[in-house]
Amino acid sequence: MAITLQVNQKSHSVDVPPDTPLLWVVRETLGLTGTKFGCGMAQCGACTVHLDGEAVRSCVTPVSRAVGKQVVTIEGLGEELAGPLQGAWIAEDVPQCGYCQSGQIMAAAVLLREKQNPTDQDIDDCMTGNICRCGTYQRIRKAIHRAAEERAKGAAR
Amino acid sequence: MNEILNLSRRRFLKNSALAGGGLILGLRIGKPLEGADAAAKVFAPNAFVRIGLDDILTVVVNHTEMGQGPFTSAPMVVAEELDADWSKVRYEPAPVAPEYNHSVYGMQMTGGSTSTWTEWERLRKAGAAARAMLVDAAAAAWKVERKTIEVENSVVLHKASARALRFGELVEAASKLTPPRDVQPKDPKTFKIVGKATKRLDTPAKTNGLAVFGIDVQLPGLLTAVIARPPVFGGKVKSFNADKAKAIPGVKHVVQIDRGVAVVADGYWPAKKGRQALEIVWDEGPLAALDSGTQRQEYAALAAKPGIVATKQGDAEGTIGKSQVVLEAVYDLPYLAHAPMEPQNCVADVKPDSCTVWTGTQFQTVDHAAAAATAGVKPDQTKVHTTLAGGGFGRRAVPDAHMVVEAVQVSKAVKAPVKVIWSREDDTQGGYYRPRAYHVVKASLGAGGNPQAWHQRIVCQSFIIGTALEKAVVKNGVDDTAVEGAHDLPYDVDNLQVEWHQAPDGVPCLWLRSVGHTHTAFVVETFIDELAERAAKDPVEYRRALLSKQPRLLRLLNTLADKSDWKKPLPEGQARGIAVHESFGSFVGHVVEASIDRHRGIVVHRVVGAIDCGPIVNPDTIKAQIEGGTVFGLTAALYGEITFKNGRVEQSNFHNYPMLRMNEMPVVEAHIVEGTDKMGGVGEPGVPTVAPALANALFKLTGKRIRSLPIRKEDLRMA
Repeated sequence: MAITLQVNQKSHSVDVPPDTPLLWVVRETLGLTGTKFGCGMAQCGACTVHLDGEAVRSCVTPVSRAVGKQVVTIEGLGEELAGPLQGAWIAEDVPQCGYCQSGQIMAAAVLLREKQNPTDQDIDDCMTGNICRCGTYQRIRKAIHRAAEERAKGAAR
Repeated sequence: MNEILNLSRRRFLKNSALAGGGLILGLRIGKPLEGADAAAKVFAPNAFVRIGLDDILTVVVNHTEMGQGPFTSAPMVVAEELDADWSKVRYEPAPVAPEYNHSVYGMQMTGGSTSTWTEWERLRKAGAAARAMLVDAAAAAWKVERKTIEVENSVVLHKASARALRFGELVEAASKLTPPRDVQPKDPKTFKIVGKATKRLDTPAKTNGLAVFGIDVQLPGLLTAVIARPPVFGGKVKSFNADKAKAIPGVKHVVQIDRGVAVVADGYWPAKKGRQALEIVWDEGPLAALDSGTQRQEYAALAAKPGIVATKQGDAEGTIGKSQVVLEAVYDLPYLAHAPMEPQNCVADVKPDSCTVWTGTQFQTVDHAAAAATAGVKPDQTKVHTTLAGGGFGRRAVPDAHMVVEAVQVSKAVKAPVKVIWSREDDTQGGYYRPRAYHVVKASLGAGGNPQAWHQRIVCQSFIIGTALEKAVVKNGVDDTAVEGAHDLPYDVDNLQVEWHQAPDGVPCLWLRSVGHTHTAFVVETFIDELAERAAKDPVEYRRALLSKQPRLLRLLNTLADKSDWKKPLPEGQARGIAVHESFGSFVGHVVEASIDRHRGIVVHRVVGAIDCGPIVNPDTIKAQIEGGTVFGLTAALYGEITFKNGRVEQSNFHNYPMLRMNEMPVVEAHIVEGTDKMGGVGEPGVPTVAPALANALFKLTGKRIRSLPIRKEDLRMA
């Protein structure tokens, strides 16, 4: 039975069982492989996407839950957040292997949207669900602060 | 030099076309470069350098990018020698070909923290040779002497006559020249790129979702497989019933392969559901009763007997026997899983006359041979495409190539391209662990408190003996990866003996980031701290006095003590611990500042790391590896443990095989001690000294020595 999904502001009709995790629909059916499989049980955050603006673990989100909602993946993150975040990630040379970074950026995007000037405690609270085995946490923290500053500057202009 | 010249341009272009210009082009477009036409459009003087009409310098990188930075450091070296404009430099993963074999190990591979130092001379010559040809082409065009020509930012200049040609404008003329037989690389004093902090070239693709890892490979008609593997290592399929699995919508095939039963479907989810529905009767094999507690007793029994001698100088046993002050300690360090964020996976497409594999491998040559043999096609009908690896840490350098063999067997059986995906549970429970290591160490102290004798006996499995690597790695019956970091004790001790027992095979083991040093450095650096304490000496002073014959380690120790404010008091309830160690040709140390919180347990506040890896290419990558190594080491110290009960691995996913997370992340400072000595490695040496430095700090808080990892709650109570 076909399911209609809104992903990155495009409408898609997909024919998958409704219990299929959103992760696999995004990756395999739609070919958007920026969203990663890490654990399959909401432990690592590599699969983080936005569902109506909230960060969710797509590996445990049945596709049926996304019906009628806006799904945003790393490929479709709006420039207002993607610009400062990706710029800060580059400036701080954050990624090593890079596998977790889509999920890190998607989690950080929600934080930045909610808090103009996040504290270290805010970063801990928001980002602790995202594992980086390469250990880039310190740079992620710096990059989030940097992105927040860039956004503030942008707003001031 | 021979390596870079042996590859004719035609051969290079052929390889390049076979590789489809690397994964990213190959999958989507796959347009090969063609013969003579291509020759005029690309200047490809050797296997590593390619310059296009658009001035773009593409450096072909033969080491796998798994986070440690070769996609940036290798281009930096080539661009330096070419005097290229860094904004016009790109990277491309090398195809599998003998030209890209590791310059020391003789096969194409990434490991041992060697990607920079083993390519240093070859890449410099590759770049310098290309530069010389561009200069010669310009000299001929301008009819001037080559020594009057300069190169700056990808432009060849004759300043006296105010003439200039871009690299791209010289492609055709330079392509007609014969590469020079030998070239003189630059004087390091003139370096403009090498040695400067340089942003990684692969970051943009790793922040916008476009980076392609092995698990991201897509092909027309690609099926996904998950494999039911035995619940106990060494087990086998006795029988299975696939009826219920085949009833799951989307499941296409269920096939038995050597390592288990594969469920092949049109996606991961149906494949996984199909596997859950499979009914398999296993022959669990000889390890069905494997138990970590019992295993400890077996290791202890082995350690009670003399082992194979790895090092003997003086008379350690005799000296200890006669001594008044003897310290003895028993250490037990567990199996560890690599747990890269990208679970294991491999794509294979087997056809009657070809086999193509995509995987983020660290072992191209081994995987290529295994793919060809398993598919039953010739080596020249077999291609292995190296993708980005979402973490490797040694797990993707596998002598038995089992990830590739599985995928090839499944693809061959179902006659379609197949991606085998390991679930996180498959990955955690799939073996190839850092071996469990049991150490018994004794030392005697002389009058001034310095050690007179050191005797260490190590029990652990060998993942080298019985493989093709045995000849190179096993010396006098001792697997070097089991004793490295112990048999070469850096401290000045007259009587030294280190022995090794090979523990029984069974649990598949493998190198894990810094290999034997992961356990030997823990034992050596906590035990030397214990000796210092017994001698009533400061841990830094004590080490310093014993390192007079180790100038680089001594300098590192002194730098670390300085940068960490070793003598400055810490707030009440906090303590510092130190550890230093040589591995992979580099010298690294850590100072850890920690406290114990009643609710949170261990809190690590600040970690100061220092490294002397000799001449440096990209200092920012070196710092990143020290930062990352610190996290890797802390994770092992606080959480890392694979245990067995009834033959089964007890851990399965990140909830019970945890990783350090953002809220536990200390401030990490990384300092580089720059030197002109031999260049060493960077990817692994940042790991070994973290856990002992933490344990030494905790001792100051609790008065208790930590003898096993991970650190447990009972270790934190006051003695």
